[in-house]
Amino acid sequence: MRAVVTVTGSDRRGVVAKVSNFLFERNVNIEDISQTILGDQFAMIMMVDTSESKIEFSALAEELEAKGKEIGMTVRLQHAAIFDAMHNV
Amino acid sequence: MFNHTDVLETIEMVEKEHLDIRTVTMGISLLSCIRGSGKETADAVYDRVMKKAQNLVKTADGLSREYGIPIVNKRVSVTPVSLITAAFPEKSALVGKALDRAAGELGIDFLGGYSALVHKGTADYEEIFLKTIPEVLAQTERLCSSVNVGSSRSGINMDAVAEMGGIIKRAAELTGEKDGLGCAKLVVFCNAVEDNPFMAGAFHGVGEADTVINVGVSGPGVVQHALKFAPEANLTEAAEIIKRTAFKITRAGQLIAKEAASRLNTRFGIVDLSLAPTPARGDSVAHILQELGLEVVGCHGTTAALAMLNDAVKKGGVMASSQVGGLSGAFIPVSEDIGMIESATAGKITLDKLEAMTCVCSVGLDMIAIPGDTPDTTISAMIADEAAIGMINNKTTAVRVIPAPGKKVGDEVSFGGLLGRAPVMPVHGGDSGKFIRRGGLIPAPIHSFKN
Repeated sequence: MRAVVTVTGSDRRGVVAKVSNFLFERNVNIEDISQTILGDQFAMIMMVDTSESKIEFSALAEELEAKGKEIGMTVRLQHAAIFDAMHNV
Repeated sequence: MFNHTDVLETIEMVEKEHLDIRTVTMGISLLSCIRGSGKETADAVYDRVMKKAQNLVKTADGLSREYGIPIVNKRVSVTPVSLITAAFPEKSALVGKALDRAAGELGIDFLGGYSALVHKGTADYEEIFLKTIPEVLAQTERLCSSVNVGSSRSGINMDAVAEMGGIIKRAAELTGEKDGLGCAKLVVFCNAVEDNPFMAGAFHGVGEADTVINVGVSGPGVVQHALKFAPEANLTEAAEIIKRTAFKITRAGQLIAKEAASRLNTRFGIVDLSLAPTPARGDSVAHILQELGLEVVGCHGTTAALAMLNDAVKKGGVMASSQVGGLSGAFIPVSEDIGMIESATAGKITLDKLEAMTCVCSVGLDMIAIPGDTPDTTISAMIADEAAIGMINNKTTAVRVIPAPGKKVGDEVSFGGLLGRAPVMPVHGGDSGKFIRRGGLIPAPIHSFKN
């Protein structure tokens, strides 16, 4: 299943490595990744495939959220379909 | 890959601008539950609702987590109960209580459909049913009631209108210790719709499929935020901004509705394209109107601004959903909208202005506290005025007023939660009694003859 991981916050040090590694350990494949700075905020957006994930989607979302707290960032995992629906006709 | 702006815009809408799915409402037909007695029917109704909606809350919560968009309310609407209890109307309360018990056990916040459709005439069993409404609302927690007293095709049943004034008063008196909370769960309609997912007016029409999922979207904060970035836009441009925003909001609703229906093994019914406010700051329809340039909602220009907003929301939403229905438009409840509460408290918006606004938005006089000693006939006359607006303009109108027991103009009622709080507003003092006591049917308007 295609999903989007977004990471936002003010501290960018090691964020890509930490989140990527976290996803790798759970067998979630990263298909695309991009980063941007919005004012003093760092934002990273990852397109991932969760179909081979070791754990089910909502548990993965909860673990990612917890990981975010651990590294001082806000991390979300959402179905890609919500962005598709809202921004593509 | 999506661009950054799109992804972050959605996240901002949810986290900062109160974008949410306001309700996922499962409509359930109760026609198959009619048995030989009130007790047996109540048992059958309870069993059916428990069975059909058993996974509603779990499914909606799962969708909310996976898509990252809050689903605020999970609700159920049912076939108008007066039809189910027609053979033993005096036992209607048994069914009402069974529905309330089911709602509690399912973990949903409201269940709608303790209703009667009497727009052309009140049958004997409906007369008895209507009289049960105040007691049932006082003795239940989650049950909502609605009565349709008129339509553009049939005219206005003024006997029922006369009756409803007293029923509203009684519902308030029986819940006097809670500021008349019973009335917050009772709506009187003209042109009621059969697929409305919003409360208190939701019921599952007899023309509907066995079970359906209807979804109500929201997002006044998102619209207001979008307009903030265009302070100099003319109203054509502002309408375009609202349309684009409504499109995005509705697409989210459509996605959730389809997915919920699929997971619950049910039909997708409609998406209701409404802007539904809450008492939270940043979630107000009144503040959208103020963002358009009005100093305070209720001043001259409010009706025009609301007309534009309502129309633009529909135009944006219609393209975003395969099936649109319900009330679809902007809601203007007083107690549930912080901008309305502030304006009403400051005396800047009156009942007359609210009545004018109901000509151009999707609902009617909604969640308005009035003095507890307002005569029954005055409440009936308010209903008649609203029903006339609905009948002549081919739109849904409604009255949900709370004659707060023991309260007078300037006092406040407070219901808490999404129902909010409201100042008691003045009503006109002239006596409408003789007009209301005439009864009969206001005939359907000439433009109803379309066949």
